[in-house]
Amino acid sequence: MSEPPFPSSATAHAPSPKVPIPVKVVVAGGFAVGKTTFVGSISEIEPLTTEAVMTRASEGVDNLGAASTSKTSTTVAMDFGRITLGNSDLILYLFGTPGQERFHFMWDELVRGAIGAVVLVDTARLADCFPAVDYFEQRSVPFVVAVNCFHGAVLHSLDAVRHALSISSDVPMFHTDARERTATRDALLTLVQHALVRTRARVGAA
Amino acid sequence: MAQQPDYDEGDAVFRVRPYALTGGRTRANLDLPLETLVLCSARGHSVLNQVGLEQRRILLLAIEPISLAEISAHIDVVIGATRVLVGDLVASGFLESRSGSYADQPDIKLLERVLDGLKAL
Ligand SMILES: Nc1nc2c(ncn2[C@@H]2O[C@H](COP(=O)(O)OP(=O)(O)OP(=O)(O)O)[C@@H](O)[C@H]2O)c(=O)[nH]1
Ligand SMILES: [Mg+2]
Repeated sequence: MSEPPFPSSATAHAPSPKVPIPVKVVVAGGFAVGKTTFVGSISEIEPLTTEAVMTRASEGVDNLGAASTSKTSTTVAMDFGRITLGNSDLILYLFGTPGQERFHFMWDELVRGAIGAVVLVDTARLADCFPAVDYFEQRSVPFVVAVNCFHGAVLHSLDAVRHALSISSDVPMFHTDARERTATRDALLTLVQHALVRTRARVGAA
Repeated sequence: MAQQPDYDEGDAVFRVRPYALTGGRTRANLDLPLETLVLCSARGHSVLNQVGLEQRRILLLAIEPISLAEISAHIDVVIGATRVLVGDLVASGFLESRSGSYADQPDIKLLERVLDGLKAL
């Protein structure tokens, strides 16, 4: 990256100790799987929505099957919430994002510097989470799989879900209720613990 | 070092709409992650009445630490354009900023702090 053309920018961009440290977690999964509910159950603010737009010259055939050489723009809306931690010196952001592949331009940005991801799964529509699982696996992003219990009863055992997703045994998987604050907190705890284990292993191996 | 950054107070450059302001730029000078936290600096406070409406709104939102994503949601401007606006305010010294590590995942120490923070909830 080249130097910004402002003489004062180098010092202006130095991290300020007065400002809390931001950390983030990505909440991914298929349509209507409970991402916003999950974020809202623990966020200290009403979940907010922000939009990102990507414009690019489209090559060949897009997802809708239209052949085109013109510019296309994709808009992705993300819900997010925040949790102030510690001595207010740490702020955790939760970004809920749709799982379709055409939104991956946003994920590339989202996972940079992220602690990891919670993949929400509805066992009645298991395949909806495949793109998310593929994405995080391929990029070695720490993730956990939270099976959202929509139907009160457990439809499929966790073993069956793990098998169907062919997820390795070291990826934590558990049932959750996205509406419950404590369940959401435990899901986040499991993710951070998992990320810690992986980071320690990586640092130890280095 | 000069007290004032390199623009004239009241200069038109701070009075235009976001997309006009970005002048076709789609990237900010600073590569700010979505979760970047910003806080209005002393210099930011002192120019509140001299900057454009959009910049003023951002500076006022940042009286308390607030993220780029939250600013985008509150001013209802897409992330990309918000990043340019916020990036310019950071570069001018009107906002102080703090980002996580953009390239890497958080280190062990930071993860442990997050873990402790979550446990205490
Ligand atoms: N019973 C039950 N209902 C849930 C649970 N989580 C979410 N819901 C409901 O499922 C519906 C969809 O939840 P959302 O949180 O909007 O899902 P989403 O993933 O954000 O949806 P999109 O952003 O549209 O993809 C809502 O009506 C929720 O109230 C859960 O754990 N149990
Ligand atoms: Mg949603």
